[in-house]
Amino acid sequence: MEKIIKGKAYVLGNNIDTDQIIPAEHLVYSTSIPNELKMYGHFALSGVPIEKAGLPDGNIPFIEDENSESEFSIIIAGTNFGCGSSREHAPLSLNVAGVKAIIAESYARIFYRNSVDGGFLIPIESINKLNDKIETGDELEIDIINNQLKNITKNLFYELKPLGSVFEIVESGGLFNYARKNKMI
Amino acid sequence: MGKTITQKIFEKNSHKKNLTPGESVWLDVDVLMTHDVCGPPTISIWKNEFGDKAKIWDKNKLVIFPDHYIFTKNVHANRNVDILRQFADEHQLPNYYDVGTERYKGVCHLALAEEGFNVPGTVLIGTDSHTCTSGAFGLFSTGVGNTDAAFILGTGKIWEKVPDTMKFIFDGELPNYLTAKDLILQILADITTDGATYRAMEFDGSAIRQMNMYERMTLTNMAIEAGGMNGIISVDDVTKSFLSSIGIFDYDIFYSDDDAKYFSVNKYDVTKIEPTVAKPHSPDNRDIVRNVEGTKLTKCYIGSCTGGKITDFEFAAKLLFGNKVKVPTFVVPASTQVAKQLEIESLNGISLKEIFENAGCIIAESSCAACLGGPADTIGRSSDGDIVISTTNRNFPGRMGSKKSKVYLASPLTVAASAINGFITDPRNFL
Repeated sequence: MEKIIKGKAYVLGNNIDTDQIIPAEHLVYSTSIPNELKMYGHFALSGVPIEKAGLPDGNIPFIEDENSESEFSIIIAGTNFGCGSSREHAPLSLNVAGVKAIIAESYARIFYRNSVDGGFLIPIESINKLNDKIETGDELEIDIINNQLKNITKNLFYELKPLGSVFEIVESGGLFNYARKNKMI
Repeated sequence: MGKTITQKIFEKNSHKKNLTPGESVWLDVDVLMTHDVCGPPTISIWKNEFGDKAKIWDKNKLVIFPDHYIFTKNVHANRNVDILRQFADEHQLPNYYDVGTERYKGVCHLALAEEGFNVPGTVLIGTDSHTCTSGAFGLFSTGVGNTDAAFILGTGKIWEKVPDTMKFIFDGELPNYLTAKDLILQILADITTDGATYRAMEFDGSAIRQMNMYERMTLTNMAIEAGGMNGIISVDDVTKSFLSSIGIFDYDIFYSDDDAKYFSVNKYDVTKIEPTVAKPHSPDNRDIVRNVEGTKLTKCYIGSCTGGKITDFEFAAKLLFGNKVKVPTFVVPASTQVAKQLEIESLNGISLKEIFENAGCIIAESSCAACLGGPADTIGRSSDGDIVISTTNRNFPGRMGSKKSKVYLASPLTVAASAINGFITDPRNFL
């Protein structure tokens, strides 16, 4: 696990559901064939209405043209991120696009556990609302151990909630690694 | 301190006593369900992670229903069904329900009930968020992703946090213009789309006790729309009678203790609830039908695990009998059993199927179909500019297809009334 995560922010609103993260029509691609896996990165966040894509101004595509990776590796969002379906393709597609961490006010349960158990990215909860304080494109630095977020662009600091009981799974890189480490499998 | 049903099932399947909400435990899984969208990646993770040691923990407890992308020419979608078929064949799985055979069932959540996998007092996990539907039978059921499912496939175990329980009591006699859908949309308005995150939602009260199993399933089905971990309704004579009709007699019954500690208790008098819609683009964006009456529509849709059960079509047929629809109206029986029932059940001597045909509805084959949009050739899929009223469960942007369409969620009565007029209509106008 990277203890310091640096990257550009991509800012979203509340209730970003799994159909906005990866629209259901794209769930047909294989997750085990590399060329098809790329499609999940290519279509990541393609369901977000363009006027709400990349706040505060919107109209910033998460993925440019034919790319499968995004220049933004940290997502900042409001409440209930990842609500909706159980599709693990949601954190997977963000992972393929290069997202390392999300900082949201709250998460839907299945998305949260898929992110952690699949080892795709680190879902962190903010203490206060941040998606009205950080702008898409801001350079950020997350200190996972000390639960701190630094906005390098604006030179501001925010405290984050500790990962709590899932820390060990996150640190292991997912449920299977955690289970092997603890001799469960 | 008393315990809720959900906590009691957690104690039974974790082999631990006196659990406290928030505590993480490992549960024994009684049934693992998957389908064509999440099955193939689950199998792939299971093979990669367990390698040579990969062994299905219990074939009898694994249930696979292809149901999402079935009637499509999309080659990738069809390949997913092929992967399931090969896997079932290779491992001689007893509970695989293949497309194109007599065994094909349609939507998994209804099929689980019909095939007798919803056994009270058990733990049922599925790779689908609406797995919470099964809780109508007094069991713990919840949705997970592929990694968790792959872990269960090899070990039969899942980690889960003991949830707090929120109780929702509906009392009174349900008026003929309301269905379970109106009640759950009312709850969503009151607690919003994350009001039950990580919690159990328990439903009770005289109005619930009068409901048949299918209507109860509409309530537990949409627990996930409030972020709920599970929805649950305790076993009563209605449950027992349903189960005995399919040959299930042996199960554990749990009730919440009178002094059980609830996170919250919401009480409703059903006679005061109005026909309800969720406006675009969120299931908690509630309004009463009267306030949006007259909104022009381009499509109407009756289907899905939420609104494609036989009872949903009985409600719709009551209004569509002798009427014509003014906009394209899709009738998608959730399961093949429901499709057969449409031919057998009748109203005033005419089968429900004929009632829908005479009204000008488009009847599709059983699958999840346009509830979640699906591949481009999915029947009923929304297009740019569409304004749809639907008995399904979600109306986030793009859920039913185009993100430039608008979806209203409503009861089958409201959808049928609206189909007749071509604009959103209160069902009381036809009752």
